[in-house]
Amino acid sequence: MNVIVCGKVIPASTVTIEIDPNTKRMTRKGVPHELDPAAASAVEEGLRLTEKHGGAVTLITMGTSDSTIGIRNALAMGAASAVHVLDDAVAGSDTLATAKILAAAIKKQPFDLVLCATESSDSYSGIVPGQIAHFLGVPPVTFAKEIAVEGDKITIKRQSETGHDIVESTLPALVSCSSGINEPRYPQLKGIMAAKKKEIKVYTAADLGLSPDEVGEKGAREKVLSIGRPPKRQAGKAVTDEGEGGKQIADFLAEIKVI
Amino acid sequence: MADTIWVYAEISEDKITTTSLEMLAKAAEAGDAEAILLGPASDEAVQALARNGASKIYRCADAVYKDYLTLPAAETLAALIQKYHPAVMLFASSYVGRDLVANLSARLDCGAITDVGDFQLKDGTVEATIPALGASYQNTSTLVNPGTKLLVVRPKSFEPKLNEKPLNVEEIPAASDAGLQKVRMKERVVVKREGPSLEGAKIVVSGGRGLKGEEQFSMLKDLADALGGAVGASRAAVDAGWVPYAMQIGQTGKTVKPDVYFAVGISGAVQHLSGMKTSKYIITINKDPEAPIFQYSDFGVVGDLFKIVPQLIEELKRRKGA
Repeated sequence: MNVIVCGKVIPASTVTIEIDPNTKRMTRKGVPHELDPAAASAVEEGLRLTEKHGGAVTLITMGTSDSTIGIRNALAMGAASAVHVLDDAVAGSDTLATAKILAAAIKKQPFDLVLCATESSDSYSGIVPGQIAHFLGVPPVTFAKEIAVEGDKITIKRQSETGHDIVESTLPALVSCSSGINEPRYPQLKGIMAAKKKEIKVYTAADLGLSPDEVGEKGAREKVLSIGRPPKRQAGKAVTDEGEGGKQIADFLAEIKVI
Repeated sequence: MADTIWVYAEISEDKITTTSLEMLAKAAEAGDAEAILLGPASDEAVQALARNGASKIYRCADAVYKDYLTLPAAETLAALIQKYHPAVMLFASSYVGRDLVANLSARLDCGAITDVGDFQLKDGTVEATIPALGASYQNTSTLVNPGTKLLVVRPKSFEPKLNEKPLNVEEIPAASDAGLQKVRMKERVVVKREGPSLEGAKIVVSGGRGLKGEEQFSMLKDLADALGGAVGASRAAVDAGWVPYAMQIGQTGKTVKPDVYFAVGISGAVQHLSGMKTSKYIITINKDPEAPIFQYSDFGVVGDLFKIVPQLIEELKRRKGA
């Protein structure tokens, strides 16, 4: 079973993300990057499925040269190869342009299953997986908490507002993985060494047959008009507990007439 | 003539969801609100749409929309949009809403704006306000595609409003093509909950990583019970497996807006803040005085939650008895 994992390499969680007021984009250059933890879970899920059913995992990502560290991480976890869409022309892509690019890159590989996180941990739009599924012409099977494959049948436990649903479809399909679907493995030394020899294919938008008008800011349907910090909430009172903290909260509740 | 704004109405436990009613209120204020309702629903649910401002309801009660995910509904909506060209179509930021918008935006090549907190419509141009990156930045975006603009709206962005319109229902044909029946809903499992629902509770007591384990959540339950509230959690606590996802508050969980929100052992990642920061009062208990959550709280106590929470529960009992 060939599994493609679409994942993002994002500024590390330790970094406070700043937005460039001129380009109105996140500042991605020059800050430490990591494989999005949500993408790492999708890689882990792909590895577990291929360990059980045979086959290999390929990571596909789009991003700047800072992405290499995250790609290597996925390879060190056990992905067999990676595809990196690396092209200044794709910067400023909105969800739709991103999905077109990723779908075009996926189409160049053989695949039975595409796995994504339900959303990236830096922009959270949550609609790119469904858009990719449409461009690939495969069923969108979303918000999986558990995945089981049997022959060409795929069954997931799908997150719902009130519990979960059991949803089934047939392969090839795209499945988005909810956060917490698994605990991603840490790369071991052997994996890290092996990762150095694994192939990373690099594509530009043109390699994927996409015109400059379809990608990046030009191809984006969504345009950011303005950006700023929202009005700050006035921070209230804070006290250090000196043995009366619980009582002080009760006093506050009485003050605002909740008790 | 007012712009036509469509709202995709969702049903949960045979009722129109609160977020659908919130969107209808905004749609009726910004233009002429119409609703689309697909799948089996009671007459009462249909009437609720008219009562809340829908001047027209496009409806198909076929079970195909309940039994198969996304594709049949997207097919029907795409056909309707191409026929009637509403200026804007609103979807809730729910599982159903996000899946439909993903498919429609790709199918109609029109893009979409997600996580919308508010919007304005001027001469066919939509300007949406988005609390980007959780809560730390807010931006305004527009869509430059011609035709209908798709927006995914955050729950609790607007207040539902009674606005009675004459019942005007147009029955539409079902998307019956077998090729759309690819993602089958086999079973729905509803997890029973006790006490008030998180979304409706006036008091919410949430725990995070600082709780250190599953058992300690019973302490938060005691606090919530003492105040007639509900218990929530941060993503860290849910990911750790201590509590079910249904309790998760934040960007990828529920959005709540209670009178009082307790953040206990929660640092206040943007993920979490975006799901609770509009609460009327925020009370924080955390051992780290540098935790970002303190910047949002009305009253904070720096200290050991395992001492402070039990003391608070005792104090509430004492004052109630007094």
